Amino acid sequence: MAIARARIKSVGAAQSPLLGAAMFTPAVLYILLLVAGPFSLAFLYAFSDARIGNTEMHYVGLENFRSILKSPSFRMAIRNSFIFTICSQIVVIVGANILAIALEKTFRGRGFIRFLILLPWVAPIALGAIGWKWILDSIYSVISWVLVALHFYKPFNAPMWLGEPHLAIASVLLVHSWRLMPFSTVLLLAGRTAIPKDIPEAAAVDGAGFWRTQFQIIIPMMRPILSVAVLFGLIFTFTDMTVVYILTAGGPFDSTQTLPSLAFAMGIQGSDLAAGAAISLFLVPLLIIIAYFMLRVAHRAEVN
Amino acid sequence: MAVVETRSLTKVFKEGELGAVNSVNLETREGEFLVFLGPSGSGKTTLLRMIAGLETPTSGEILIGGRVVNDLSPRDRRIAMVFQSYALYPHLSVYKNIAFPLKAQKVKKDLHKQKVEWAASLLGIGALLDRKPRELSGGERQRVALARAIVREPAVFLLDEPLSNLDAKLRASAREELERFHRRVGTTTIYVTHDQVEAMAMGDRVLVLNKGVVHQLGTPTEVYDNPADTFVATFLGSPPMNLAELSDVIVGFRPEHFRPVSSVNGEAVAFRFKVENIEYLGSEWIVSGTPASGKLGGQKVFSRLNSAQDLSLGGTYDFAVPQCELKFFDRSTEKRVEPKVVSWQ
Repeated sequence: MAIARARIKSVGAAQSPLLGAAMFTPAVLYILLLVAGPFSLAFLYAFSDARIGNTEMHYVGLENFRSILKSPSFRMAIRNSFIFTICSQIVVIVGANILAIALEKTFRGRGFIRFLILLPWVAPIALGAIGWKWILDSIYSVISWVLVALHFYKPFNAPMWLGEPHLAIASVLLVHSWRLMPFSTVLLLAGRTAIPKDIPEAAAVDGAGFWRTQFQIIIPMMRPILSVAVLFGLIFTFTDMTVVYILTAGGPFDSTQTLPSLAFAMGIQGSDLAAGAAISLFLVPLLIIIAYFMLRVAHRAEVN
Repeated sequence: MAVVETRSLTKVFKEGELGAVNSVNLETREGEFLVFLGPSGSGKTTLLRMIAGLETPTSGEILIGGRVVNDLSPRDRRIAMVFQSYALYPHLSVYKNIAFPLKAQKVKKDLHKQKVEWAASLLGIGALLDRKPRELSGGERQRVALARAIVREPAVFLLDEPLSNLDAKLRASAREELERFHRRVGTTTIYVTHDQVEAMAMGDRVLVLNKGVVHQLGTPTEVYDNPADTFVATFLGSPPMNLAELSDVIVGFRPEHFRPVSSVNGEAVAFRFKVENIEYLGSEWIVSGTPASGKLGGQKVFSRLNSAQDLSLGGTYDFAVPQCELKFFDRSTEKRVEPKVVSWQ
């Protein structure tokens, strides 16, 4: 008994409250300084008339929100944020599924192809976006060059990929999809590999063809991992401003402006901190909803 | 119902290596329960998977109902298969699991309910239709897998070790249930197992395989009493057949035929037998030891007795094997040969 009690005591000492606190202080500090701090500042600014270079700040109530809601740029930004986020998710999920099915099979050079597919995810997003800026350039675009060489267009008459509103939207969408594809592919590939081989075999014996096996057996079984891929993709795209900023800076005529890029343009570049803060707060409700679903998926994964 | 036939069926996974299945010829009988029996790695599952169409043969032919099916996909072979893991679709209810083959084979929708209920009642799982597979016990899962297999009334049933995931007690009752089920539906069934008890108990005939080669195809009594070679002789029976090399032949006898001299009638071969171990198994005793002299001297031999109470460890006794229970095998081919006169001294 005595020995047992002594041992319990020593274990208790190792788990003293002090040590526990010390272990998670860095995480708490990180969240307070880099997340909670800026977030509360954004709240503060959104209800004030804060401007860059101005030390004074007054409470203005909902004035900022009222004025941005009236602005056509803001409405455009909301619309684009949703278009980019939702459409790129559709492209990514369809594409990643096709890639995952292809990469599941064993063939020569599969390792190399997997590496190539993962590259866009490993490279810094700014570098990738600059690469695309050149690929889609109005004069030096390789895509235009190929189209001209194939006689689809006359020289110097190729489409301005980033200069015409619809093409610019499509281009930004394409780059977003390119960026997210590797991550989703790797997730879905892992999800597919985790399904026991005899399940699709049973489906084959039961008489199901390729499509029925995919849509009624495999994809429903991957639902948890699919939701992780989609939720991550939603957050990455919805909050990203690098791609838009580098490719088009929101233009032409605000046609590719998103909430983060508009907040940056007005708040930092335009010195109107209050308006920028108010715009970025519009991201919050949607992100809360996504975060809620992510936690639910994570919880369900733990339970099973 | 249909007959399954294979003609020199061969599967080589890696070129240059020994095949997993080597030139197997077999033919089931109408409505028979045929068991593929062999140790792990014997190629029994590969053979079954080729019949199912999940594995492409390297050479040879597979016929189902007289038609070559080599180039048909699994869905066109009119077979049903129960996997070792049951392979139930985890996201579908029991009802939808059983209805899946009907949907996949485009059976008219209004027939689904009736057919699913028929299959479910045949296996006594009518009350489980709304459950998900994860809410079922091992035995219930097996029944769902069987119901899913029977629902579309296949020509042939293929079962891949369906009892190996069940605990010992459940396995016995599930085995009995499977036998009853087979008698009721009468569909030609091929059953893969490494368990000789299952094979002997359930099979109309047993195909004994090792290293991809068929060693014997026969009824349980044939393979047990008249093994075709030493592999079959030692693979079946626990403890296995005693084998002894005598000049140019191998002589074998079953432990239950190696008994004290007093209980052996007729012409027999007698040994002085030194008892080295005695195991009490309830209904029987397993005695092992070494013959004290002669050609068998020093070799371990098993005896299976109803009672070993008058034997003691370390004692030496007179044991004998009836002459008619001796099996003879060629020493080089290990195949069964005609009885010979041999010298035991």
